Amino acid sequence: MNATSTPLLSIRNLSVTFATGRGPFRAVDKVDLDVAAGELVAIVGESGSGKSVAMLAVMGLLPWTATVTADRLSFDGKDLLALTPRERRKIIGRDLSMIFQEPMSSLNPCFTVGFQLREAMKAHLDLDKTARQKRAVELLDLVGIPEPERRLKAFPHQLSGGMSQRVMIAMALACNPKLIIADEPTTALDVTIQAQILDLLLRLQKDSGVGLVLITHDMGVVAETAQRVCVHYAGQQVEMQDTRGLFRDPHHPYTSALLAALPERASGRILPSIPGVVPGLADRPAGCLFSPRCRFATQTCRTIPPPRAGADLGYALCHTPLVDGHPRALKKLEMPA
Amino acid sequence: MFRFFIRRVALTLPTFVALMFVTFVAVRLVPGDPIEARTGERGIAPERLAMLRHELGLDRPVWQQFLDYANGIVHGDFGVSIVTKTPVLSEFATLFPATLELTLCGLAFAIVLGIPAGVIAAVKRGSVFDHTMMTIALTGYSMPIFWWGLLLIMFMSEYLGLTPVSGRMDLINFYFEPVTGFMLVDSLLSDQEGAFSSAVSHLILPAIVLGTVPLAVIARMTRSSMLEVLGEDYVRTARAKGLSPFRVVGLHALRNALIPVVTVIGLQTGTLLGGAVLTETIFAWPGVGKWLIESIARRDYPALQGGIMLITSIVILVNLIVDLTYVAINPRIRHG
Repeated sequence: MNATSTPLLSIRNLSVTFATGRGPFRAVDKVDLDVAAGELVAIVGESGSGKSVAMLAVMGLLPWTATVTADRLSFDGKDLLALTPRERRKIIGRDLSMIFQEPMSSLNPCFTVGFQLREAMKAHLDLDKTARQKRAVELLDLVGIPEPERRLKAFPHQLSGGMSQRVMIAMALACNPKLIIADEPTTALDVTIQAQILDLLLRLQKDSGVGLVLITHDMGVVAETAQRVCVHYAGQQVEMQDTRGLFRDPHHPYTSALLAALPERASGRILPSIPGVVPGLADRPAGCLFSPRCRFATQTCRTIPPPRAGADLGYALCHTPLVDGHPRALKKLEMPA
Repeated sequence: MFRFFIRRVALTLPTFVALMFVTFVAVRLVPGDPIEARTGERGIAPERLAMLRHELGLDRPVWQQFLDYANGIVHGDFGVSIVTKTPVLSEFATLFPATLELTLCGLAFAIVLGIPAGVIAAVKRGSVFDHTMMTIALTGYSMPIFWWGLLLIMFMSEYLGLTPVSGRMDLINFYFEPVTGFMLVDSLLSDQEGAFSSAVSHLILPAIVLGTVPLAVIARMTRSSMLEVLGEDYVRTARAKGLSPFRVVGLHALRNALIPVVTVIGLQTGTLLGGAVLTETIFAWPGVGKWLIESIARRDYPALQGGIMLITSIVILVNLIVDLTYVAINPRIRHG
């Protein structure tokens, strides 16, 4: 899918199914993703669209009720699904790290910041005690925390949300990872802090050349930062494009509707919105999952699951992908001109 | 921290006053008095009964007796046993090490088995181990101590012949002066071969019997506390660092899960000392519990009042220590 020959992270047909009291629930449905070294890819979607779950599956952090299947799930040339838990633990936390949505509850209240920061280094890096302490100070300095020596002795409850997220970022960077997955890193923070944290993350990404998967539901953030965007809807990946292409010519009606709902793009006095809600576990439509909310939906859309379009149409999961805002039947493309 | 300490200590004062009153009333609600208990069915001449009662001050108004008793306690005087004529405090001090040894071993048994059982049950929730452990815990919790003790004696001592039936030590083969009052320590200090293993074999059954209820409570509490903590974000963070499951569960999760467990362990001291009364009676363990039971039979008011006061004071003290420990392991309170 990607032009890069050996992507750092390569996912094909990743599905995650949870065993629930009311039967199996497929939270992630056949998702593909390639991330090259140093690339910044954004995953956007509403709450419950399976974007976090897909990345937790990559990290191997899903609860035991989840079943993960994929045609390919490789990181840095290693097949993650074939690794033993012990081998996998050597990768996560070192080459592959993650920043979570809730910084305040993601730090252990019983241990100091320094302890939690040095812990990952102790597990993965060959540094002695003084070297670890030195690096911990450097890391806090790097993420913009004043008085790092003193802050290392602080307990998480003594830090603000923004401060905690800076610590989480420092923790993710501790072992010089190749890829960081940031799961809505600014959602739980105050609006004024959000921009600071995002800027910090982007600056660190640029400086260190680490790959970054940014999970977000903020299209504005995507436009400013990402090189490539994946759009998720109800567990499915409905479109993937270069950021510029996606904003100029979205091919999936959902992407199009999302962009139309951006305040800065709205032309009229009323901000457009997408009617309806994401289908739940029980009320999945037979055909395209977006069809009940899609203004272009046809009878075909409502009964037959859509095929995936090619690269020229952003791999849109749609019977009639949009081109310049107008639906075009896939069949026509295949016919000779 | 200091203010917390002062406030917490001040809170125990009303408890002590209530305690003094309740023990005083409770022992007098038992029919009969020390003199009648001693004469029994033989009977006694009314003049002699009156004289003996006068000697013990039992003919005085009850409120006066209470004031005397309360005044004594405030001055650290727990009275003199009617039967043995020795101060209650010194009798208690002689017998208490035996009870303490039994209680500590019972508690150690409960903690050493209960916490790992709870942790494993939580990690493998829904598994056969989980269901088995929790069924055993519920059974243990519901089992009357005296019946459980008798069952164990019948099986382990009578049927298998593995352990002695009662007492603290094989007094026919070993004798040594108490140094610490703890038989495990004293037997080691005595340098007599076999004395220590004799002490252990005497202790093991009563400790299991006494520790069963706390074991069940601790295991269940650890399990539910662990289940809650394992779902926390910081446990996910710890796993995301690539730490071993042992470190994630045993350090990151358990440290947080232990906070409510420590409180429960503190509350178990009451259960333990209460259970010690029954356990000591079943195993003829020469401790405070057995002494109290005998004092009830003799209507030895000062011994009962003083003994109960002292035991309850220990429970209150332990709970105070637990509250302070709680502060020590939970930084949110320490720095709050």
